[in-house]
Amino acid sequence: MADRPLKVLIAKPGLDGHDRGAKVLARGLRDEGFEVVYTGLRQTPDMVVTAALQEDADVVGLSILSGAHMTLVPKVTAKLREAGMDDVLVVVGGIIPDDDVTELKKVGVAETFGPGTTIAEVADYLRAHARPRS
Amino acid sequence: MVAGTGRERAADADALVDAALAGDRRALARILTAVENRTPVAELALRRLYPLAGAAHLVGITGPPGAGKSTLVAALIGAAREAGRAVAVVAVDPSSPITGGALLGDRVRMQSYATDGDVFIRSMAARGHAGGLASTSTAAAAVLDAAGFDLILLETVGTGQSEVEVAAAADTTVVLEAPEMGDEVQAIKAGLLEVADIVVVNKGDRPGAQRTASQLRAMLVAVGRAGGGVRNGAGARSPTAAPETPPRPRPKEPEVLVTTATTGDGIPELLQSLDRHRARGHEAGDTPARLARAEAQVWAILADRLRAELHVPANRETTDATIRQVAAHELDPFAAADQLLAGIRLENPSRR
Ligand code: B12
Ligand SMILES: Nc1nc2c(ncn2[C@@H]2O[C@H](COP(=O)(O)OP(=O)(O)OP(=O)(O)O)[C@@H](O)[C@H]2O)c(=O)[nH]1
Ligand SMILES: [Mg+2]
Repeated sequence: MADRPLKVLIAKPGLDGHDRGAKVLARGLRDEGFEVVYTGLRQTPDMVVTAALQEDADVVGLSILSGAHMTLVPKVTAKLREAGMDDVLVVVGGIIPDDDVTELKKVGVAETFGPGTTIAEVADYLRAHARPRS
Repeated sequence: MVAGTGRERAADADALVDAALAGDRRALARILTAVENRTPVAELALRRLYPLAGAAHLVGITGPPGAGKSTLVAALIGAAREAGRAVAVVAVDPSSPITGGALLGDRVRMQSYATDGDVFIRSMAARGHAGGLASTSTAAAAVLDAAGFDLILLETVGTGQSEVEVAAAADTTVVLEAPEMGDEVQAIKAGLLEVADIVVVNKGDRPGAQRTASQLRAMLVAVGRAGGGVRNGAGARSPTAAPETPPRPRPKEPEVLVTTATTGDGIPELLQSLDRHRARGHEAGDTPARLARAEAQVWAILADRLRAELHVPANRETTDATIRQVAAHELDPFAAADQLLAGIRLENPSRR
């Protein structure tokens, strides 16, 4: 079935309580036809990776506005690799300074999305870059 | 994994099944994806896994939106883990009929045991299937059963009154209610209550919980005396030889419990009640729920096979022509079905 929806995990790692963006995105992507698993606040990297594995997610989307992205994101991508999930598309959104974007891309993040990003931009990007699982 | 030749697919499926049975959770997750997407790998995997399943206790958790199903599932995970049982969850949420998208949010409430290796939580979109589950939920449960989970919790979408399908998918059906704000149990949710093996009034910390429980108990006894209700397994007919006079469907006599899922109050009692229901089922030979489940699965596959057979190149033209005749009222739909049925050869239904 070629038309099955992409499965996207949206997680908020760390102690960051800003969940408005993640929720807006989760609902928006649902309306764009994605199957979105929302895991909620205060996720450890292990929780994110376990959820991605059990859900067999095509995309892992991390939302971080707290400034902790440089410590959290590399842990998540390393653990995804350890679990054999290096083919999962990882995207990050929230408050990510430009200088950090290059570093994040080095550790396996495909793209970052800052304030003002539209749902359509994210949806188009995911459709173009995620590889659906059979 | 691109769909390859039959042999490649069989090798894929075999490798996934071997790995999943050896405890590889990623392989298990992949098989569940194949099952959800109804790929050829799923059929191959299920053919190996189904005979290994049957030991798990399948518990359906249903009830109106927001009653606390996910929170209760989380609490049950905790209690079952304390008892040393491995627990799997299949949590179903609705798909949008317009976009096909879904927001699967049940997992948010189930984070306490998120990284426990003996807990496996899978969210599923209903994908247009009515009845509170996805069409592939039963097969997903069978996969988790074969993988060795002792307790499998099936959370339905927040249901109205008629989504009783879960009763056929589970050994034990738990119907959740929340205490009403007013004085009366505002609606007698007959459909749902009739399939309950256990009724749980959750949010026991809210005023009126005990009163709601008493009202439900009184109501369920009244229903029992009136002799209405449906048979275990959502009223599905037994495929075994029918006795001379078929037994009247006997209403269930569900226990009514009060829980507070957020604090864990009443959860040990619920687990005990689940175990008691399970034990009674064992004594009775597990028949009604399991037969209903088996029948539903076989019928679904039969319908798929039949539809596929009618659309193979050799039959497609006849099928389409017959349907056009019905559309033009030149043929009635019964005669059309009879003709199509007579016309297909069923010797080798699995060639596809
Ligand atoms: C609203 C807000 C709050 C609310 C949060 C309410 C909530 N439940 O979300 C409240 C008042 C609680 C709050 C508190 C705090 N906040 Co505040 N907050 C904001 C504010 C003004 C807007 C955030 C917002 O909701 N935007 C709207 C949503 C829709 O946008 P968004 O989250 O950016 O998401 C979009 C994109 O980023 C992207 N996106 C986001 N996530 C993802 C994920 C993926 C996968 C993808 C693809 C895209 C994507 O798509 C979304 C749609 O466009 C920002 C400033 C700003 N302009 O961003 C500060 C800001 C984030 N807060 C900040 C701070 C410091 C705090 C506090 C620490 C303040 C304090 N000292 O108490 C606390 C911490 C709270 C906590 N527990 O973590 C700082 C963070 C600084 C930093 N990172 O270095 C900011 C940047 C303000 C600032 N300029 O200093 N905050
Ligand atoms: N006071 C109280 N609140 C509860 C209890 N159980 C659950 N809740 C709250 O009820 C709300 C809904 O709980 P969920 O577990 O998401 O309910 P649900 O039935 O799974 O909801 P859907 O899946 O959306 O149908 C949450 O805010 C819970 O915290 C309880 O025992 N007492
Ligand atoms: Mg729920």
